[in-house]
Amino acid sequence: MNLDEYRSAARVWLAANADRTDDAREFMARLYDAGYSGITWPKRWGGQGLTQAEERAFAAEARDYALPTYIFSIGLGMCGPTLLDRGTDAQRERFLRPLLRGEEVWCQLFSEPGAGSDVASLQTRAVRDGDGWVVNGQKVWTSVAQHADWGLLLTRTDVDVPKHKGLTMFVVDMHHPGVTVRPLKDMTGRSHFNEIFFDDVTIPDKHRVGEVNDGWGVAVTTLLHERLSISAGVGMGGGADWLARLREAVDTGDPLVRDQLVELHIRSRALSLFNQRLSQETRAGLFPGARGSAAKLLLAELTLYTADLATSLVGPESVVDEELSHAISLAPAMALGGGTNEIMRNIIGERVLNLPPEPRVDKTVPFKDLKVGTQQ
Amino acid sequence: MKLVLGQDQQELRATVRSFLAGLSPREGHRPEVYARLNGELGLSGLIIPEEYGGAGAGLTELAVVLEETGAALLPGPFLANALAAIALTQVPDKELLTAVAEGRLTATVAPLPGGSDLVTASRDGEALVDGRLAQVVNAGEADVLLAPVTRHDGVALVAIDLAGEGVTRTPLTTLDLTRSQAEVVLEGARGRVLGSPPDGIALERAWNLFSVALAAEQLGVMRASLEAIVGYAKIRVAFGRYIGSYQGVKHKLADMHCKLEQAESIVRYAAWAADESPGELPEAAALAQAYVGRACFEVARDHLLLHGGIGFTWEHDAHLYYKRAKADEVLLGPPRTHRERLADLLEL
Repeated sequence: MNLDEYRSAARVWLAANADRTDDAREFMARLYDAGYSGITWPKRWGGQGLTQAEERAFAAEARDYALPTYIFSIGLGMCGPTLLDRGTDAQRERFLRPLLRGEEVWCQLFSEPGAGSDVASLQTRAVRDGDGWVVNGQKVWTSVAQHADWGLLLTRTDVDVPKHKGLTMFVVDMHHPGVTVRPLKDMTGRSHFNEIFFDDVTIPDKHRVGEVNDGWGVAVTTLLHERLSISAGVGMGGGADWLARLREAVDTGDPLVRDQLVELHIRSRALSLFNQRLSQETRAGLFPGARGSAAKLLLAELTLYTADLATSLVGPESVVDEELSHAISLAPAMALGGGTNEIMRNIIGERVLNLPPEPRVDKTVPFKDLKVGTQQ
Repeated sequence: MKLVLGQDQQELRATVRSFLAGLSPREGHRPEVYARLNGELGLSGLIIPEEYGGAGAGLTELAVVLEETGAALLPGPFLANALAAIALTQVPDKELLTAVAEGRLTATVAPLPGGSDLVTASRDGEALVDGRLAQVVNAGEADVLLAPVTRHDGVALVAIDLAGEGVTRTPLTTLDLTRSQAEVVLEGARGRVLGSPPDGIALERAWNLFSVALAAEQLGVMRASLEAIVGYAKIRVAFGRYIGSYQGVKHKLADMHCKLEQAESIVRYAAWAADESPGELPEAAALAQAYVGRACFEVARDHLLLHGGIGFTWEHDAHLYYKRAKADEVLLGPPRTHRERLADLLEL
């Protein structure tokens, strides 16, 4: 089957199946049976063994539908690929097929209250206990944890070495009685994320991913997949939709209003064309790498700008309008999640422009002697 | 839509870049360099159709070249001649197209949207032109001036021999030291009406193409400014560290890089629209000037500022980029006019 045929087949299948159920697990099972789950994953672990081209073709067709696969996005985008890269065969055998079939949901447990941008300074401890490990600590900003069966958990296993060298990655059973999931109400008033507490949670050693104290290397793999899946989702930025809405809501005869709407158009077109150029380069085999961080930073800025402009243009009504109030409340999310704007600028500066890094005080000092989180 | 350069375009870029390497904008207009660009590299005929002796390439290729001449701040009439070639492709004239393609003749334009105050009187099929053009780019170096003239039947493009009788060229002191301007006064100057007027639509399209061509030059100015300051941030030391390691500098450079990425995307898009999708050209052209013109000045400005005190000296090249960026930003009219045109096209 060539790519066009593949794409047509996907189109036909989606038209027949996309709207048949709202049940995420049931839909994933259908997707798996039809061969559209794990398109690029090896056949041995339940995937289809196809290429990025087929995956993109399917994604392009799926764009027109609101598929109920959100709760699987962390597992499919980050945890599964990490196990493919760094897991043992036994772990791949046990975990990957149920993930692809929609039988098990995954979440990712890296960030902590004291470790956000600087995630390697995390304090959740895993202590060896016979054949297994015992975990205590707290994680935060965890999507879909309330649905999750398994979590990819980054812990500290050695405090006597520098911070990047004392971390270990595990797969944790989210149904363990020591795991408490609490919804985190964010500034929009909704709960998009959770905080997770670990009290003497036991993990068998066979659920360790990678070597002891090599967790940072594994996490880098996961974060690479995270960035790829975010940048793949970075689309048009939504500016065009807002422009259409605002031109109805405000007096475009006012030259100041006109100019502000033109500015919104210019910014959204500039970013949308940049995104399209990046994806054309990717298709031509030129991988954007850290340049994707520029697209993410620009999207964060455009999101803030758009919500700010929309509320200002509409005026007093905007603070009692549900959609506008939600937009201005949600606007900071893109500038914080997946790396803050400041971190993005560091990445662009150091990995795109190759500028020298900041001097670091935390690279050679044993973790226990660092000022970090609640450890003073 | 194509936003990535093909193999041939990349080769063209490499050829022009290596030709321009080592030239300093401080040397001023060097006729022998200009002649080699047109002759050896065949650039004056790049977008002129093959039937007139040109290479028949598109705006995409011209944009690649202008990005490089912009990055080098090439002095002289290269851009003016390219704009004239654009005007001539829209209002074709065999004699002038052939002469420009061969590099025998340098033309410039008075890029005035909607006509000028010039008036013509017709005598024996020849136009006699009167009026004053306050600023014409590279009029001092060019042989022929192309100017829109308003007539009873609409707008026409007139070619005027700048060395002929009735033409007075007065050089002006310009902000941009790398590109000259002159006042041109015409008193019964002999002109030739090109094409078959009225040519309002053709000149409208030419105007849009000017916007794209200028944006390509601005992209080059931006790129070179950013490269210069990134290079300096890696060698200049303050308080015991390279200045590029400070977030106060690094973050500004990252923002400048973001502007460059978006500017390049817009220039590629606008050039593609010019070549492949004429319906999209007016909006793409207005977008190109509205975004790239401003972004270019901001990047050139911040590149100068981040150099610190040395950036304010006459000896350093930073001010040359800063001044070119400002001169380019206003070359096709006050920046608000591009935004206004965009608003009109969006039916706001």
